[in-house]
Amino acid sequence: MTGIDALAARLRAEIGVRRVLTDRQELRTYECDGLAHYKVIPALVALPSTVEQVAAVVRACAETGTPFVARGSGTGLSGGALPHADGVLIVTSQLREIVEVRPEDERAVVQPGVINLQVTKVAGPHGYYYAPDPSSQQICSIGGNVAENSGGAHCLKYGFTTNHVTGLEVVTPDGERVRLGGPAPDTPGYDLLGAFVGSEGTLGVATEVTVKLTRLPETVRTLLAAFASTDQAGAATSAIIAAGVVPAAIEMMDALAIEAAESAVKCGYPAGAGAVLIVELDGPATEVEAQFTEVNALCEANGAFETRIAADDAERALIWRGRKSAFAAVGRISPDYIVQDGVIPRTALPAVLHRIGEVATEHGVRVANVFHAGDGNLHPLVLFDDSVPGQAGRAETVSAAILDLCIEHGGSITGEHGVGIDKAKHMPRMFSDDDLDTMQLVRCAFDPDGIANPGKIFPTPRLCGERPGRRQGAHPAQAAGVAEIF
Amino acid sequence: MAALDELTTPAGDGDTVCGVRARLVAAPADTAEAAALIRAAQGLSVVIRGGGTKLDWGPPPRELDLIIDTRRLSGVVEHAAGDLITVVKAGTPMSELHGLPGQQLALDAPAGATAGGTVAANASGPRRLRYGTARDLLIGITVVRPDGTVTKAGGKVVKNVAGYDLGKLYTGAFGTLGLITECVFRLHPAPAAAAFVRAVAPPGQAAKILAGQFAASALEVNAAPGAEPELAVLVEGTPAGVRERAAAIAALLDGEVSEQAPDWWDVSPWPDGGVGIKLTGRLSQVPALVATAVGAGATVRGSAGAGVLYAGFPAPNPSPGPATTGIGPSSPGPASSSATSTSASDSSPTAGSTGTGTSSPAAVSTGAGRSSPVSSSASTVSPVVGPGTGTAEGTVEAGRAIELLRAAAVRAGGHAVVLTAPAGVRETLDMWGPVPGLALMRRVKDQFDPDHRFAPGRFVGGI
Repeated sequence: MTGIDALAARLRAEIGVRRVLTDRQELRTYECDGLAHYKVIPALVALPSTVEQVAAVVRACAETGTPFVARGSGTGLSGGALPHADGVLIVTSQLREIVEVRPEDERAVVQPGVINLQVTKVAGPHGYYYAPDPSSQQICSIGGNVAENSGGAHCLKYGFTTNHVTGLEVVTPDGERVRLGGPAPDTPGYDLLGAFVGSEGTLGVATEVTVKLTRLPETVRTLLAAFASTDQAGAATSAIIAAGVVPAAIEMMDALAIEAAESAVKCGYPAGAGAVLIVELDGPATEVEAQFTEVNALCEANGAFETRIAADDAERALIWRGRKSAFAAVGRISPDYIVQDGVIPRTALPAVLHRIGEVATEHGVRVANVFHAGDGNLHPLVLFDDSVPGQAGRAETVSAAILDLCIEHGGSITGEHGVGIDKAKHMPRMFSDDDLDTMQLVRCAFDPDGIANPGKIFPTPRLCGERPGRRQGAHPAQAAGVAEIF
Repeated sequence: MAALDELTTPAGDGDTVCGVRARLVAAPADTAEAAALIRAAQGLSVVIRGGGTKLDWGPPPRELDLIIDTRRLSGVVEHAAGDLITVVKAGTPMSELHGLPGQQLALDAPAGATAGGTVAANASGPRRLRYGTARDLLIGITVVRPDGTVTKAGGKVVKNVAGYDLGKLYTGAFGTLGLITECVFRLHPAPAAAAFVRAVAPPGQAAKILAGQFAASALEVNAAPGAEPELAVLVEGTPAGVRERAAAIAALLDGEVSEQAPDWWDVSPWPDGGVGIKLTGRLSQVPALVATAVGAGATVRGSAGAGVLYAGFPAPNPSPGPATTGIGPSSPGPASSSATSTSASDSSPTAGSTGTGTSSPAAVSTGAGRSSPVSSSASTVSPVVGPGTGTAEGTVEAGRAIELLRAAAVRAGGHAVVLTAPAGVRETLDMWGPVPGLALMRRVKDQFDPDHRFAPGRFVGGI
């Protein structure tokens, strides 16, 4: 009996026969996440339906030194949930209970497999919603959002997952269940909750999540403005920010992205636009109306040749449809594409967009730009045809050059998709060895054996072995009963 | 490597931390000098000092060789207005960052507080309701680790998920993981207009503001024994919007609109030498928390909108006597009458919605020295009064009051942390109280500071 066979037998006994998959055809279903060009078939898939079962699986992994990878809905775009060939894939989608909704506390408690949009749906009747809204919110899970610190179009004003999670129960890589944070803010002690959110499954598995509920705004106003060029749209964005307005969202699409969206969903954006901006304002009615007038004027002053204002929810949905479909839509105009995710300071937008255009031309590939203009989070879509020899390589080159631009301008190699397997190699371009080593001190505290999602985030794992001078066991003062009472 | 004596000076009389005097003081001028200092100071126990406004928060250090003063690490390195960010050295006064041209770091801090100290203590004020706290506003950080390694996390852009978010780990770590030398903050535009609404109203009325469409920037409560409780609301935005919302709030609370904040706004409710406690809980439990604290004789202020309160007791009497200025209710009369006007939960024998294990109103209003009702009411928390302190009545009272408040905070889903207490009382208290995840926290500390030299004993669980 191999190690995995023994583990499978143990897990079948502990969590049930139907919750353990080892058949190769069944395993193949889980070979990739949303970044489908990385594929690894896991040795075993576990489908726990309770927190106890998650802990049992992790404990079994810890005791046998087996790597494990947690996976939610599998929508991630950095290969963060890519399985380990010799490891266990723990799928959390069976843990989908909404434990409680407490509008009077502005909190909800949910299990990790609950879908993002579902939290908003259950809070809505009380006048609240869950603010983080990744484009995949109809299918992505809260547990996955916690792992990736997911953002969304509206994080310009409302922040990311990390700003909306106040408590977690996690199973640490040694199989212990630990609570971090809680329903109240400012839990004393190290903010391990803050370290855990966005750690991409390398510190354990979230099994229960306490989220903030946000009051639904009184008014939402959405504007679509068409410009001749991305320069004009970028200037309008800067003018809006400079005026002291913080919109809920400012999104930009360039001509190629618009073309793709039109061909896919017929969103009816103004013809001949070199760029469109979607600006959404929300809040108290009087505030929104005053700011909306200002935003409209700033768009026109910066060259908008047409502006449209959504009169109702249906028109708002139409405006957003083009934007939200953009990634999938480029499939209509190109057989293959790479979605990049990088961040630049907002003020560098015009310079970086020009340079992206030049690099694309130099290498003979097209780049469609769709991005969160308000916070400088670019999502260039590098289009190529894999059947043409050399194109894939050139597309990779352009995609990497875009990340270079982000780093050169003091930005980040990922704004919301995460590092995962895809960008681990780029981490040393943004962080020194000492910076990465320091992050891995936290990893060593949670997971000294490195079994939680190994190979992700960090290009070189840190050995967590003994260091000279490291104290073993309790501190003498603590052992003497002195430290605890301080 | 520079020698320690070139980088430090002998400590003076004022160089103490909670009564523990240091041997040496150093004030590095930049990150490189700080790293050289810390490398030279291997083996020494270290406490970091910024403006000193919160240096008395937490237990005294177990040992103290060296104070690292950050005030020479001062200045705004960069203010990228178009990107709404600023890069500042850790010793920069927060007051400089509150009034950047057209923009602000929207994080309240007392006069003299530094950026690094505010982050290290995770301190916040009324506007946290709208803008969040240091953990929400900090987007990048430079830290010198206890072994002298200079390390960065985060960056200069607001949206960034590359690597672990160590800024959050250092925020509120009270200098136990290293020395913060530089911070990058997200900024907000200065609002075009702002107004306060003040009302005499019980804290339960805060729920109406939260449920309304007022987008308040702050929602503060002020309550004290024998006084009518107050609420104050800050609204910010466009002039027309502020006028309209302030008027609506004033109508709802039967209050008045004011240009000025009330004089208690963002002022700690404890005097020098008093006892200061931070109380957190679920929003719906704020009224019960306020009632319990006022019933125990505390002045209570804080964010009814965020569920973060501060309770202050005057300095205990040095000797037993009339308990009019000491911890605990001055007499059952005013305490119980104020509790009645503060919250229905305290006037009801069932203690309303405060859940299981509630302290009865009788116990809350029991005066100092009558130990049995109080201790039986707080039986979920073990006594914290240590041996040898029973002779100082004020000390015993402090222990009991904290037990009571801690039990109330736990019922409310939060925590009670004693921020500061006078010498003699401090030593007898479990200032941090029980903390979930402590074993993991110890492992983090062991990784960053294996010899436990940075702020030893000052943090949770004796870390």
